[in-house]
Amino acid sequence: MMWFAIFLVGLAAIAWAFRFAGQAATGKAPYFRDMTFGVAYGYVIGAAVLAWLAWAYMQGRSVDPLIANKFFFLRIAIEGFIICAIAAWLFRLLGRAVGTGWSRKMFRSMPLTASFGVLTILIYAVLAIFAGVLAPYGQEQIIPGVAANIVPGGDPALGGNPDFPFGTDQIGRDILSRLIYGAQNTVGIAFATTLLAFFLGGTFGFLAATLGGWLDQLLSRAVDVLMAIPSLIFALLLMTIASVWAPRTGIPLTVFMVLIIAVIDSTRVFRLARAVGQNIVVMDYIEAAKLRGEGMGYLVFREILPNATAPLLAEFGLRFCFVFLTIAALSFLGVGIQPPLADWGTMVRDLGGFVNYAQFAPLAATAPLLAAGAIAMLTIAVNFVVDWMLQKSSGLKE
Amino acid sequence: MTEPLLKMRGVKLEGRSDEVWSPIINGIDLTLMRGEVLGLIGESGAGKSTLGLAAMGYTRDGVRINAGTVEFDGIDLLAASAATKRNLLGKRIAYVAQSAAASFNPAHRLMDQHVEGPVQHGVMSRTESESDAIELYRKLRLPDPEQIGFRYPHQVSGGQLQRAMTAMAMSCRPDLIIFDEPTTALDVTTQIEVLASIRDIVEQFNTAAIYITHDLAVVAQMADRIKVLLKGDEVETADTRTMLAAPTQEYTKSLWAVRSFQRPRKPAVIVGAVPVISVQSVDARYGTTPVLHDVSFDLHEGRTVAVVGESGSGKSTAARCIAGLLPPAAGQILLDGQVLPPDYRKRSKDQLRQVQMIYQMADTALNPRMSVGRIIARPVQFYLGLTGAVKRKRVDQLLEQIEMEPTEYYNRLPSELSGGQKQRIGIARALAAEPKFIICDEVTSALDQLVAEGILRLLAKLQDDLHLSYMFITHDLATVRAIADEVVVMKDGRVVERGPKDVMFKPPHDPYTELLLSSVPEMDPDWLTNLLAERGVDDIGGAAVDKM
Repeated sequence: MMWFAIFLVGLAAIAWAFRFAGQAATGKAPYFRDMTFGVAYGYVIGAAVLAWLAWAYMQGRSVDPLIANKFFFLRIAIEGFIICAIAAWLFRLLGRAVGTGWSRKMFRSMPLTASFGVLTILIYAVLAIFAGVLAPYGQEQIIPGVAANIVPGGDPALGGNPDFPFGTDQIGRDILSRLIYGAQNTVGIAFATTLLAFFLGGTFGFLAATLGGWLDQLLSRAVDVLMAIPSLIFALLLMTIASVWAPRTGIPLTVFMVLIIAVIDSTRVFRLARAVGQNIVVMDYIEAAKLRGEGMGYLVFREILPNATAPLLAEFGLRFCFVFLTIAALSFLGVGIQPPLADWGTMVRDLGGFVNYAQFAPLAATAPLLAAGAIAMLTIAVNFVVDWMLQKSSGLKE
Repeated sequence: MTEPLLKMRGVKLEGRSDEVWSPIINGIDLTLMRGEVLGLIGESGAGKSTLGLAAMGYTRDGVRINAGTVEFDGIDLLAASAATKRNLLGKRIAYVAQSAAASFNPAHRLMDQHVEGPVQHGVMSRTESESDAIELYRKLRLPDPEQIGFRYPHQVSGGQLQRAMTAMAMSCRPDLIIFDEPTTALDVTTQIEVLASIRDIVEQFNTAAIYITHDLAVVAQMADRIKVLLKGDEVETADTRTMLAAPTQEYTKSLWAVRSFQRPRKPAVIVGAVPVISVQSVDARYGTTPVLHDVSFDLHEGRTVAVVGESGSGKSTAARCIAGLLPPAAGQILLDGQVLPPDYRKRSKDQLRQVQMIYQMADTALNPRMSVGRIIARPVQFYLGLTGAVKRKRVDQLLEQIEMEPTEYYNRLPSELSGGQKQRIGIARALAAEPKFIICDEVTSALDQLVAEGILRLLAKLQDDLHLSYMFITHDLATVRAIADEVVVMKDGRVVERGPKDVMFKPPHDPYTELLLSSVPEMDPDWLTNLLAERGVDDIGGAAVDKM
């Protein structure tokens, strides 16, 4: 504790020296002259963190496995970050060089984060659509003569197998194939669910905003009731009921899951659509349209919806991620996508035990993290793209 | 000759939009002596406010000073360190913004915000500053100066808030105050109170001021010298009296000429003709609060009735009743002798078509996501059933009628138009329905004088061509003079006086009409002084108390 305090004080001294040196070296340039101490301190802390990261990375590359294992995940994260950044940069270069005038113009104004997002979403889409062609094995296929629990990495010295670069799971299925099929199952279902949630929530939200009165009260209070119940527990409850109905009615359980999550999530969309809609319906152009005698359909879809796209789009990105995580969570709990269908949530649950090996056999612990990483990457990518779209659309308004 | 207080030399400012820096101010010199008031006038977009802020060494985000010097009392503001500027701004240079309502923090009392400057700058202790604030409130003739500081911003009226802001700017007794359109958002009657208080207090403390406005008549009352700006360039600078008497530049002359527009008189209405719109003893309420009492007037084909009154007088409510947005509690409205259903939802498509509306804020009256062509095409298609090439032809024709080039503007979005152009689109949308009667709700009050005049001329021309009838809601009597045939004066939801324009503008008047008429600033530098002498200064303070 005392050492930490001394360390902070040391940083403060360095920050002061840094600012002083900057002032002296540049002959009191306005930037250094008006720099507050907090800013200087921030620079120094940032530099210290960078230095530590560089040191940790070198530790991770150490030949001594005991030291290297400690920093294994940090090393992977740093390398992954750099690779992603380079990939995004190259993708943007490519986008600027080829394509139509419109797409080139789009790529020219694209930040690196957005290009990473677009690239990732494209890769996921290709994987999901062509899963059957791309995956080396079937998602349910237990490959004869292959051991279970092969460690990812493909290095025989560490228990891997070059034929299965991501290893095999607890009953000997290829993890790479299951990840690719998982994209199809999880992402496809999440996308359908989010669309449905938006259709429901958006329509009712705008209706409530436009008509107001008792309809607004009725819908809003109904939504309040639904929102009062913790959503995951509510979903679990409904899924349990559905799992009884599904075999009886012959409708697949997945359809029930899509409906249940869509209805629960549409309550959030409803609230947003209603709030945004209420701000729009007081505008004079809506009054002008009403006075013209326009019908409800024209009001909602031509006058209100185009002006609500920006916040709804932002919500879509966020909601997609939440839906996706809910499906993964339900699958993790065993009521979502049912085995033997590959699903990232289920995969995390099934391989979760390996995380305990993180300290001494980091490669083995990677197995559950692959599926978790796939979820995280997509979530981040979607949000990057939505951020960028929002920035663009708000810039247009100015 | 003493040293000037503020010296700006060759100041150039650039603004950033779409990744490109474009010039806002192209090299302007400005000199201000101690105790002198300089008026800065020009249309919106002329760079007045940007220049005013640059005089404090400050720029908004996305604006930069790329040449020139700004020297305040020998201190180079552009090279000064943040610490030096912190000592100057608020203490020796103060700023009064256009909208006091938006500039006060609604979560704190006026007094807490007032004392912040003096206490922070170490000029006064809190108690000293508080008693000083009360003194300033008294000097600015705010009602109940002892107590008003302990109210929140939303508890005082707009004019009072503007004066409280002036008091706040005065709190450190600065050498220079920059007033950025302090009265633009106020009614004429309130404007006088604020103008008189600002002028007095600036004189009293011998404070130098830059007074930014687009209203010539206002600047004529306030300034010792006037500087005219046009698109970032100086047009001319001269003493107020010289400038008013003999402007040398064409542009300045055109600004002066704006108020000269006046329609020729129309022949009298044929006796017994059926009025296009007849409002018959209409009462209206918001909830249980009555807002209109026994409002009646008639409007004949091809004529304009101007409804005048300050905000809250019920002018817009009357329009909402006619449009059917607020069904009247009593009375009825006749269109061509036929009773209109009170609720617009019960009116037939043809009845809706006949009554169109043009709004004050063109920004909110046009859907920002629809192109100009689609906005105008919608009523054409909706009411007249035209589609395809015929519809397009009609839209082009309408755009030509409002003097906008169809090929250039058809695909533009409202955000790509200027304020005046947006208002023209609003007019075209109303015209597209081929109505008989158009309600114009303060259509020119958000526009610069030159642009507003263009809109008024256009409306007058359209009226002659298409025999339209207008109900013109306004608080600006210059507009009334320009366009109206008949005038209805409203106050507190009642019609105070009504009649043909010629009669209304000649005495004798109802006392309220008299107050309104005399409150319109005139282009005479002595107008305010004379008016105050006529009314008696106390009267202004008294009027403020009445409004509480």
